[in-house]
Amino acid sequence: MARKTSNRRKLVMTILAWSVGFVIFFPILWTIILSFKTEGDAIKTPLQVLTSHWTFESYTLVQERSNYFRHFMNSVVISFGSVILALIIGIPSAWAMAFVPGKRTKDVLMWMLSTKMMPAVGVLVPIYLMFRDWGLLDTRTGLIIVLCLMNLPIVIWMLYTYFKEIPSEILEAARMDGAGLRSEILYVLTPMAIPGIASTLLLNVILSWNEAFWTLNLTAAKAAPLTAFIAAYSSPEGLFYAKLSAASTLAIAPILILGWFSQKQLVRGLTFGAVK
Amino acid sequence: MSTQASRAAARLMISPSVILLFLWMAVPLGMTLWFSFQRYNLLMPGQTGFVGFQNYEYFLTDPAFFTALWNTLFLVGGVLLITIIGGMLLALLLDQAIFGQGIVRVLVIAPFFVMPTVSALVWKNFFFNPVNGIFAYIAHFFGFPAYDFLAQAPLLSITLIVAWQWLPFATLILLTALQSLDSEQLEAAEMDGASIWSRFIYIMVPHLSRAATVVILIQTIFLLSTFAEILVTTNGGPGIASTTLTYLVYVQSLLQFDVGGGAAGGIVAVILANIVAIFLMRMIGKNLET
Repeated sequence: MARKTSNRRKLVMTILAWSVGFVIFFPILWTIILSFKTEGDAIKTPLQVLTSHWTFESYTLVQERSNYFRHFMNSVVISFGSVILALIIGIPSAWAMAFVPGKRTKDVLMWMLSTKMMPAVGVLVPIYLMFRDWGLLDTRTGLIIVLCLMNLPIVIWMLYTYFKEIPSEILEAARMDGAGLRSEILYVLTPMAIPGIASTLLLNVILSWNEAFWTLNLTAAKAAPLTAFIAAYSSPEGLFYAKLSAASTLAIAPILILGWFSQKQLVRGLTFGAVK
Repeated sequence: MSTQASRAAARLMISPSVILLFLWMAVPLGMTLWFSFQRYNLLMPGQTGFVGFQNYEYFLTDPAFFTALWNTLFLVGGVLLITIIGGMLLALLLDQAIFGQGIVRVLVIAPFFVMPTVSALVWKNFFFNPVNGIFAYIAHFFGFPAYDFLAQAPLLSITLIVAWQWLPFATLILLTALQSLDSEQLEAAEMDGASIWSRFIYIMVPHLSRAATVVILIQTIFLLSTFAEILVTTNGGPGIASTTLTYLVYVQSLLQFDVGGGAAGGIVAVILANIVAIFLMRMIGKNLET
């Protein structure tokens, strides 16, 4: 008897959860559906949209008219470039703080976190003027620098929490066995640190890919990543639903896939290790 | 392990990021502060000079400032309210034994990975649009006139879009916290005759409060700089009905080229954000220690 009611409960909960999940996911699903329609069909009533014929034409149109691929490459170069740069700067720092903690390590970490609290508009004007004077406006280099500094505190915090979990006894054991600093780093620490570094890379690439304050304000056409490219659809001409959908689907697909892999790291990374 | 030499090496390893972050904070912020006391308009290159607190006076007495301040509070507060309550309910639901839990989780998390410009345009055109939007069709179907969301309730509409983006984050964190809850404690309470409600209030809520604090902290940081969603949906309008502090500073400095005025606004935004930040850092600092 008890088993039967619990099965029924499971069924009810399943239906409820799936319905809620469907509603939350629906805007994305609808965008994907519209991207396979013609412009004429995309503005019909929802039922007519579903029954109209499917086509790839919007995808080819988006590439032909606005050179989608170049903006895609901008996004790739900017997001990966900024995160790799942040890792190069951040790994030694996180390393030192995790393995040689001093009295002020916690304060330094909290201070780094506090730099994230500064609203971007507070420094928009000087950054804009400096970039104009140095010729960095609308360049990939400029955005790589800004996004690297934006993400550096998160990168260091994430790495710190991962490195912290590597037991320091293992280092002592390696040292006892006569390992030098070089082989200690190469054979003992690196293998243990790689998963943490990979998660940090993944999450921060996602954040950089979707960053939409600096990318919108510091680029025009040449270096514009996908965030800025899509924003151009806010004042379109003529029918554009299908093209907007195709461009959006292409812009979010890679990150959606990466994101689903990084669910666990997301919680840990964005909460600065406070929730695991 | 911490010999003198390794301490020195550690300091050397930490210094690049500390120096870079310090420069990134101090130099632009110092310049903003400097500009905020200057008359400096890019359209009037000849007229520059020290004007004292005039920029602040203009910015703070501008009626747009109070509207923007209120709009910012509405947006941040509204999104926090929706995501915390919604996230709590969703987390409780996803924590149940259900078929295909992994897939539902993936569906619920998805909006977080959608870039702000995409989600704003998708909602604006495919849902809120009074002619072709899905909400308009639903309204027609039930015989109601279509509602022009972004014209009649711009701020609420933007709040809903942003809440949709952040709901997954709150859900995921609260779910993670919920799953770390000791199930024996709940079972013991159940055996002692505690109702579902009192189990929720006395065991789950205290356990989740730490995670909820973290959600509030992180989201507030990101929500205070909400920008793209406003830019591509309403441009801050109609009028200034959906202009937040961030957007107001952007308009003043990059659209009206008033560097001095924009800088004063930027400093005001920094001060306000810091008030929130100090309050919240204290909370997270306390949480991190225990």
